[in-house]
Amino acid sequence: MTQEWPLYEVFVRGKRGLNHVHVGSLHAADDAMALTHARDLYTRRNEGVSIWVVRSEHIAASTRDEKDPFFAPSADKVYRHPTFYDIPDDVPHI
Amino acid sequence: MVGREVGVSMTSTGTEASAAGWDEARLSEQFDATIAKDQRIEPRDWMPDGYRRTLIRQIAQHAHSEIIGMQPEGDWITRAPSLRRKAILFAKVQDEAGHGLYLYSAAETLGADRAELTDALIEGRQKYSSIFNYPTPTFADVGVIGWFVDGAAICNQVPLCRCSYGPYARAMVRVCKEESFHQRQGYELLLTMMRGTDGQRAMVQDAVDRWWWPSLMMFGPPDDDSPNSARSMAWKIKRHSNDELRQRFVDMTVPQAEKLGVTLPDPELSWNEERGHHDFGTPDWSELQRVISGDGPRNVERVSRRRAAHEEGAWVREAATAHAAKQAARTQETARTQKTEGAAA
Ligand SMILES: [Fe+2]
Ligand SMILES: [Fe+2]
Repeated sequence: MTQEWPLYEVFVRGKRGLNHVHVGSLHAADDAMALTHARDLYTRRNEGVSIWVVRSEHIAASTRDEKDPFFAPSADKVYRHPTFYDIPDDVPHI
Repeated sequence: MVGREVGVSMTSTGTEASAAGWDEARLSEQFDATIAKDQRIEPRDWMPDGYRRTLIRQIAQHAHSEIIGMQPEGDWITRAPSLRRKAILFAKVQDEAGHGLYLYSAAETLGADRAELTDALIEGRQKYSSIFNYPTPTFADVGVIGWFVDGAAICNQVPLCRCSYGPYARAMVRVCKEESFHQRQGYELLLTMMRGTDGQRAMVQDAVDRWWWPSLMMFGPPDDDSPNSARSMAWKIKRHSNDELRQRFVDMTVPQAEKLGVTLPDPELSWNEERGHHDFGTPDWSELQRVISGDGPRNVERVSRRRAAHEEGAWVREAATAHAAKQAARTQETARTQKTEGAAA
């Protein structure tokens, strides 16, 4: 009986200095195989210098459910932005 | 179809949404507004069942085409005339496998099950592009496939980079970056043959004659015979009609054929000053129907080859699963012993 290999999400760091970015998913029997598959599938042309793989089922994610204003706390705090503050034009370097 | 409970790929279904007390009309409005603003729909968003079904069918069919598409060219890997051509062809066919996998991955974000998609292909319940049911009797076919078939794929896939479904659009961006190599290696191969002997030139012309019409058919039936197109356009899955894309391909290919020194096998092909496009003849649509419904020159062979590869690979998948389970058990065992030893010390 064949049990399907679990699904992994793949994150690739394009070059030094950048964050890992989600690029897609793949199936693999275990973590080591997921890494080599990710290398073969997502970095055939030097697209990455580092790879993360994580079992899809281990990712917790927010949903787009506007009834639950999940992101609302960030919407009403304009004072978190530098443009909120009036500074006279003749003050240098600010 | 199994809606898998996974993080990034998890899909939010209509039932989940109504449990949250949202009525379908509001959700549908939100969906339409997202499409109207030219924003992307993402896996966990609510979407109409028809949109989900259409996408799964299209993406699966696209994925199957990439996978089956490895066969006609793959036939030549062992017989490529030089190490250079062999390495190129190997890389090209490997890319097509990659394209298939990017696409299966996109289909899975919609709740499709990978194993079921494979079954649907090898049981003939889902289709793939009709073009891959034609044979590749000469090495010139490898060149013409790169030039025509990958060229046509580029025409089809570039607009899909702006498809309304995020994961599909992103897969297409990745694919399109790689297709350019495919088309150029094919054209370069043909250029090389055209600089060769009379026999080689004849071989190129023969391949062009066989692949031209099937390549035009890759864009699907004419617009007035393409019932689902309007809906896909409204959903911004599709951005251009079949006939528009076909025209684009013809206009793009004619000057390339001239440079190469081959004749495209269509007596009606001519530049139309008024339209600013080439006029061209009508493909034999009954042939397309025949090939799609299973009666092409290589349909049976392609599917049975795919089935054989899947079945012959079963023991590898099973062995890897068993190995992974054993490794996991061993790691757990070591962790437990270390803990006990630690406690004893
Ligand atoms: Fe491809
Ligand atoms: Fe290709």
